[in-house]
Amino acid sequence: MADELKDIVLNYVTKEYLEDDSEPLTYDTPLISGGIVDSFSMVSLKRFLENKYAIAIPDAEATPEAFDSVNKIAALVQRFAAKKG
Amino acid sequence: MSNIGSYDERVKDFSWAIAEKELGWKPGDVINIGWYCTDRICEQGKGSKVALHWEGHTGAEKIYTYNDIRLAANTIGAFLRGLGLKDGERVCLFLDRIPELYLGFLGILKIGAIAQPLFSAFGDESLFVRLSNAETSAVITQKKHAPKVRKILDKLPHIRHIIIVDHDGVAPLKNREVAFSLEKAAPVEHLDIHPTTAESPSVLHYTSGTTGMPKGVKHVHYSLISQYLTARWALDLRDDDIYWCTADPGWVTGTSYGIIAPFAIGVTQCVLDAGFSAEAWYKWIEKRRVTMWYSAPTAIRSLMKAGDEIIKKFDLSSLRHLASVGEPLNSEAVVWSQKVLGMPFYDTYWQTETGSIVISNYPGMEVRPGSMGKPFPGITGTVLDPVKNEPYTTHGKIGLVALKFDWPSRMRTYWNNEEAFQKKFRNGWYITGDRSKLDKDGYFWFAGRDDDIINTAGHLVSPFEVESALLEHPAVAESAVVSKPDPINLEVVKAFVTLKPGFTASKDLDLEIMNFIRKKLSSLAMPQEIEFVPSLPKTRSGKIMRRILHAKEWGEEIGDTSTLEND
Repeated sequence: MADELKDIVLNYVTKEYLEDDSEPLTYDTPLISGGIVDSFSMVSLKRFLENKYAIAIPDAEATPEAFDSVNKIAALVQRFAAKKG
Repeated sequence: MSNIGSYDERVKDFSWAIAEKELGWKPGDVINIGWYCTDRICEQGKGSKVALHWEGHTGAEKIYTYNDIRLAANTIGAFLRGLGLKDGERVCLFLDRIPELYLGFLGILKIGAIAQPLFSAFGDESLFVRLSNAETSAVITQKKHAPKVRKILDKLPHIRHIIIVDHDGVAPLKNREVAFSLEKAAPVEHLDIHPTTAESPSVLHYTSGTTGMPKGVKHVHYSLISQYLTARWALDLRDDDIYWCTADPGWVTGTSYGIIAPFAIGVTQCVLDAGFSAEAWYKWIEKRRVTMWYSAPTAIRSLMKAGDEIIKKFDLSSLRHLASVGEPLNSEAVVWSQKVLGMPFYDTYWQTETGSIVISNYPGMEVRPGSMGKPFPGITGTVLDPVKNEPYTTHGKIGLVALKFDWPSRMRTYWNNEEAFQKKFRNGWYITGDRSKLDKDGYFWFAGRDDDIINTAGHLVSPFEVESALLEHPAVAESAVVSKPDPINLEVVKAFVTLKPGFTASKDLDLEIMNFIRKKLSSLAMPQEIEFVPSLPKTRSGKIMRRILHAKEWGEEIGDTSTLEND
């Protein structure tokens, strides 16, 4: 589940947000602090995760730090997916 | 003692000649911002002083002295001249906050061309309307942004050159593209500075309009006079300051106070080319020992949200003065900074069209949290009765913020749109489009926009532009775009959408439309919420009544609905 989730997020970010695909993303590439996804675009990324995994991520949890890499996003999604039961 | 000393005393005997004298300029002389920001500082014996301390998101650092930025601007200017670019031509900077953005800006000005900075997050449609309107001759960009330019190039015959500053030779250059590497180019020691005069055009920034497409705000080299003095008096910039302006030069704050004023004064400036995080920002202040910090309410509110505990991890004792711009600074933010940083953020008010600060709080003048402050010395500001178009004779009434249009950095016109420029005036007053009231002591208090323009995180977004783009999505039949309140960004974009037959509202369609606008216009213009509705409120003549939707979002009275269709 974890790797599949990471790959889905990584592919989505690459397709939707990465302008220059000559430097491929990794699970640890800084997304927010690296300027790939800005704070406004984070809203659409959050929406994607909520739609895809049928979860609700509260705004207070959707921080730049929590969205700063594929690994961190995957951890966040797993936490809310587990809560959903 | 602050630079301004006593605000009241400065108002009494003010003349812009104060700035002209400090800059060693007199009417009729050549005035070139590029020269003032580089060569002049070197001639003062400060060539070895650090001008720019830059750090990228990967941690890469670059340091430029004033002599370095003089040489770099010369080198870029010479390269542009070598391509055949001449004075008066528009050269667009479509770059992240990398050194070439700052140095390219100065190089463009040195050869007398007009710098047209555009926010690098703009989508291809936003880029197209601005390059098309300006009939831009060249675009300086990075390989990561080049695909957006290529996509629209066929529709832009005026563009002769696309200059890629980080071409690595892996992918071949395409039509009209040329590579330029600042690091590999031979430094140009001497460049003939174009003899620009006070009214020679310098910078073209685009701003959103209520009903039309974005308008190009034309500034001139004489703008330096008020940019310099407002930075000295309102921002209190001093020779020994380590200065951090967080604005992107794709917007006017990032050029007026992120390039022109600090370099003309000769301070050391810091640039952090990374996305926002509270930890990274505090770390940057500590690392660079920042003394003067010019930021924006959205950033300040985001720092507040991150909590006070994180601040204790960093030594921020270098800070001595803070200021804010872009949108109204709420009183809570002023009180917060006083409490946790030991000093208030001083709110400053101005616009792309004003070119420099026009209303502000000043060191030494009482700060009234939540107030915009008072007009800069030499600037006459008032609150107009919107019916009579005359200043209110009593304080406390909300009206239009209006200014006598006579300071050096005021815009000269809208590019190719003199008609829109003339519409900005009523009864001899320049109408800012903002509403406020005046208190009995002459402080201005912001009360909102007087039009439909959305101010999101300090950036203006035109509902018209977003609605036009929405209609290009195959599922959208009609749309209405308004602002909705947001605790961090003040306002964000919300779209009401009706769908064409055969399309059904869904979460996936919602996301698809959001991304469609983000890529076409920008992330700022992307609706943060889309509400699918069966119909939109319209007048009997068929005009969509945004006012009703706006009132609903803000919990305000809907007002007169006598012209509403089907009411």
